[in-house]
Amino acid sequence: MSLNFFMQNLINALQWGSFYALIALGYSMVYSILMLFNFAHGDIFMVGAYIGLGVALLLLKIVGTGTAALVPGWLVLVATILISMFLTAFVGIIVERVAYRPLRDAPRASAAITGLMVGIILETSNILFLGGQRLAFPQLIQSQTYNIGGIFITNKKIMIVIVSIALMTALHQFVTRTRWGMAMRAMAYDFVVVPLVGVPLNTIAVMTFAIGSALAAAAGILFGLAYPVLDPYMGVSFGWKAFVAAILGGRGSIMGACIAGFMLGFIEIMTVPGIQILNRLFSLNIGSNLRDLIAYSIVLVILVFRPHGLFGEPYSAKLRL
Amino acid sequence: MLLEVENLRVSYGQIKALQGISFTVDEGEIITIIGANGAGKSTALRAISRMVPVEEGSRMTYRDQDLLSFAPDKVVSRLGISHVPEGRRLFGNLTVMENLILACFARKDRDRIPADLKRVFNLFPRLQERQEQKAGTLSGGEQQMLAIGRAFMSGRQMMLLDEPSMGLAPLLMLNVFEALKEINQQEGTSILLVEQNARLALKFAQRGYVLETGNLVLSGSSAELMNNPEIKKAYLGA
Ligand SMILES: Nc1ncnc2c1ncn2[C@@H]1O[C@H](COP(=O)(O)OP(=O)(O)OP(=O)(O)O)[C@@H](O)[C@H]1O
Ligand SMILES: [Mg+2]
Repeated sequence: MSLNFFMQNLINALQWGSFYALIALGYSMVYSILMLFNFAHGDIFMVGAYIGLGVALLLLKIVGTGTAALVPGWLVLVATILISMFLTAFVGIIVERVAYRPLRDAPRASAAITGLMVGIILETSNILFLGGQRLAFPQLIQSQTYNIGGIFITNKKIMIVIVSIALMTALHQFVTRTRWGMAMRAMAYDFVVVPLVGVPLNTIAVMTFAIGSALAAAAGILFGLAYPVLDPYMGVSFGWKAFVAAILGGRGSIMGACIAGFMLGFIEIMTVPGIQILNRLFSLNIGSNLRDLIAYSIVLVILVFRPHGLFGEPYSAKLRL
Repeated sequence: MLLEVENLRVSYGQIKALQGISFTVDEGEIITIIGANGAGKSTALRAISRMVPVEEGSRMTYRDQDLLSFAPDKVVSRLGISHVPEGRRLFGNLTVMENLILACFARKDRDRIPADLKRVFNLFPRLQERQEQKAGTLSGGEQQMLAIGRAFMSGRQMMLLDEPSMGLAPLLMLNVFEALKEINQQEGTSILLVEQNARLALKFAQRGYVLETGNLVLSGSSAELMNNPEIKKAYLGA
């Protein structure tokens, strides 16, 4: 494998990893602070992408397109991302309030299937209201391809990776520097005791759902830019993979979820050239459709050696006072 | 009356942990509830903190307000009733300082926080030395100091203490109780102490109640209880 080829794949891996990492953060935060697998999260990513689509179309209608546009496309994109993050945060807040809070003291398995059901409701509502056909995501910025020493990079890929890393850094700062972040970290350790020191547990829970959903919306829009076709089930496979990344990253670790997301992207993308090399070296005939099988077997092996994930933080296992 | 508990009943499923107990705590008082394992001492504190649901007919009044109308975090942040739980339950992944600061999360009087921090560090100089250390790596005694410090930062109208003596060497135990007495005297903090170590508890408190399998069977001044032959036999090992 030449260096160029490797670099080319690395860039693709960074892009995929960005999607996984952004979605994984929502999974990871909710799991960390409430011991809850929010299986609706992949579908919140889908809803975020559709909200982004709606916001983008609306903004384009207001400011116009092409040479007649009042403002440049990147500005529309920034506005779309911010507005959609804001709106999708409320979707997360509603899901928490309606589906999870009434089940706060229920067995964890009940809460988990609630997530699955909320996911199905979101998917079918989409079909109900939008007819379920695939929709094209407007290309808010002109695609440009740069050739850097034989490696082809598009401006969108660069932007996707930069925006993602910026959001992750912002979240990291929030969690390590503010008292709300401190409350989240405390909850990740022992959420039962949090109210006992005067911290409003529900407020922190709501905030966590809001932030996670907003990040998923950002991922949805970035995905729409790179792969401009949205469909109601786009969140399913992304959801599961981001869930894998969240667990692989380790409970309670923002950094862990991000790194695991990128790692998953890397493993997935690199498996294909890996298969090709193996085929050539040993005259095998492994199909590249075995990509996920191989990629996730690797994840499994990692988990066998690190059952708490890559960066899992300690926590109190007591579920009551 | 600061706190009035009347006919408090709490069940965990089939288990009737408290079967209608009544007691009071006056402004500035130190009160203790003593009792054997499983008597329901911790449950009583959990009920005051609103961490367990109480049964129909239970009444708790705090400064003429219905305690049952407050959510657990509001009991701390609005009423100033803090709780040092059984087993300390510190946030082990946060530093000593972060544990103390987090306890101020909902405080309105933010300008008083530095003075209160200083107060905690005066009471427990060890905590100041270990400010940046993760709470999970503190020794048992240091953890108990931090648990008390954290409670103090979160609310100091009244403190509920669940077996603060547990696992402490005698000398350290004296230290901790001296610090508690100082808080009580200088801040006017009322204290409700739950203990298995009855001798220690009665020495420290002004009045006491004896809890046996969910029922209060005796009450009186510490001196009375200490001289009661049944108590002597059952709890003081004399
Ligand atoms: N979460 C719970 N679920 C079921 N039963 C419980 C629960 N918590 C306590 N109990 C039961 O309620 C009774 C009172 O428990 P509690 O913890 O209040 O006792 P305690 O007086 O604090 O005892 P100890 O001195 O051992 O701490 C016990 O019989 C206990 O087994
Ligand atoms: Mg107890």
